[in-house]
Amino acid sequence: MNSLEFTIQQIINAVSLGSLYAMVAVGLSMVFGILKMTNFAHGDMMMTGSYATVLLSALGVPFPIAIVAGIAVSALTGILAERIAYRPVRGAPDVTLLLTSLALTYVLENLAILIFSGSPRSFPTPDWMNEVFAFSDGAITFTSVDIISSTSAILSLLGLGWFVSHTTTGLGMRAAAEDMAAAALVGLDINRLIVIAFAIASGFAGLAGMLWAAQSGIIEPDMGFSPLLKAFVAAIVGGFGSIAGAVLGGYLLGALEILIVGFGPTELSPYRDAIVFALLIVFLLFRPGGIMQANREVKL
Amino acid sequence: MNRILILAGLASLALCAWVLPLIVSDYVVRLLIMVCINIVLVGSMCLANGFTGVFSLGQVGFVAIGAYVSGILSLSLADKASYLPDLPMFLAHIEMATLPATLIAGLVCAAIAIVVGLPLMRLSGHHVSVATMGFMIIVNVVIINADSFTRGARTFTGVPTDMTLPWVVGWAVLAIFLLARLIYSPIGLALRSVREDVIAAQAVGLPVLGTRLLAFSFGAFLAGVGGSLYGHYLGSFSAQTFFFPLMVSLITMLVLGGMSSLSGVVTGVIVVTALSEMLRNLERGVHLGPVSIPPLFGASQVVLGLLFILVMIYRPRGLFEDREISSVFKRRKQRSNS
Repeated sequence: MNSLEFTIQQIINAVSLGSLYAMVAVGLSMVFGILKMTNFAHGDMMMTGSYATVLLSALGVPFPIAIVAGIAVSALTGILAERIAYRPVRGAPDVTLLLTSLALTYVLENLAILIFSGSPRSFPTPDWMNEVFAFSDGAITFTSVDIISSTSAILSLLGLGWFVSHTTTGLGMRAAAEDMAAAALVGLDINRLIVIAFAIASGFAGLAGMLWAAQSGIIEPDMGFSPLLKAFVAAIVGGFGSIAGAVLGGYLLGALEILIVGFGPTELSPYRDAIVFALLIVFLLFRPGGIMQANREVKL
Repeated sequence: MNRILILAGLASLALCAWVLPLIVSDYVVRLLIMVCINIVLVGSMCLANGFTGVFSLGQVGFVAIGAYVSGILSLSLADKASYLPDLPMFLAHIEMATLPATLIAGLVCAAIAIVVGLPLMRLSGHHVSVATMGFMIIVNVVIINADSFTRGARTFTGVPTDMTLPWVVGWAVLAIFLLARLIYSPIGLALRSVREDVIAAQAVGLPVLGTRLLAFSFGAFLAGVGGSLYGHYLGSFSAQTFFFPLMVSLITMLVLGGMSSLSGVVTGVIVVTALSEMLRNLERGVHLGPVSIPPLFGASQVVLGLLFILVMIYRPRGLFEDREISSVFKRRKQRSNS
């Protein structure tokens, strides 16, 4: 195998994986920025949207509409989660917020098991999504899903960047993340901003969930869990609370994983997750603000 | 007087533990064994998470290490040869009784906790939670990949199932006794000062890192012991036995009763175990005369999770907050004396 082609293939894989991590990490980071909350239930927004899409397309709804509706369901789940579970504990110590979100994960996943059963279901992708592109006699291959996930991630993340820097609501969200009390004092509607942040974050998670499902072909109640853990690492490495940092962290993490699997010694690749989480611990210890943010003092 | 009362209480408890299995059904005995093991496990969490204020999500990692260490040590030589042929020489010829294996498992966990805690206990708030969760995931990955010690992703089996009720009652009582001695002593006061205000604790000369490390490693010792007991109760387990589901159920017990109260720990374990058993029976489907409810798998967890959220909203410090049953009695006595 030509090593140049192999490298190109690995870069394609890294961008495709990094796009998914970035889309999940961005939501985590937005919510953390405003509420200082480690949201474990974020991964389940991936799950609710995908189940909604599968359900709708089984009912005969055209696939693109089902996707949009699925993202809407994810956003709605996020809003409901905020309203029912997180708003009553807002302002509590950060461990209370973390535990509430952990409990919510437990509820949502088991609710999905209760309604849809725990066994995996197939995610019906239309044929145009499974089209395979092969170059150099199959040394470089990718599917439409890879293209779609990379382009939709980059476009939507650019859109988000425009939103938080050019619209009043987006600027308000950044102001609330900077200093919530001051933002409230100058008359910003904090509740509205938080609801919008949850809706956007969960919508991104929903989109990522569907792309994840399209790549793996199946959905299951705990499908959001493993990407969520990776997104934690991405968000913290990038700078927890910073949107650009989360995107950067997502792509870096994707690149690192592909680097370990594709180029590292074969004995190393089963330890991929251990290496990723060791990186998380190293960052928490030595650079808790991540790449994008100044070091905040959190250590003794 | 007090001491005689305690001794009498212990004696009667031991008697109960011996006699009870003759009276009640196997099912109840199994439930009681689970309650006792969970008391050890949740007790191991309350020290760091509740009293010292460093909320670790990685305790289950120590439970896993405890179960595997004790399992490897107490596996019979014949089973070792067939299940773990690649075991290093010094382990391959050891066959220990459960008690020393359990103690060694606890000590191994405490030693690992000191090494891991030295950097991690410097963190606070949600940083320490996420970092310790990372530790648990790393332990899980290592167990799955350390084939020659743990059979990898396959089930680790052949561990002697010799956990009887008197044994686990003894361990649960010992764990609560040790924790109570530690928590209601000057050291315990130091733990709570570190939780309440790090800067103030440093100002009066408390070594914050050392205090947290003590709580973390003693908790890890108990977690290792609890893991060993759990392993010897189950007989066969895998890396997935000691992962997020176990963590969530232990945290539910811890938080429900109140993580800075030993009475809360015991109550949390009993309430959650009883509730989830009751709900699990309902889950299989119920026939109430003409009405029959179909089986609802997952319903018990949904109810427990909702209960967890309600506790977080309405009583975030748990049912007992930081009170103990004994202090309630004491206050009554004082009131009647005055």
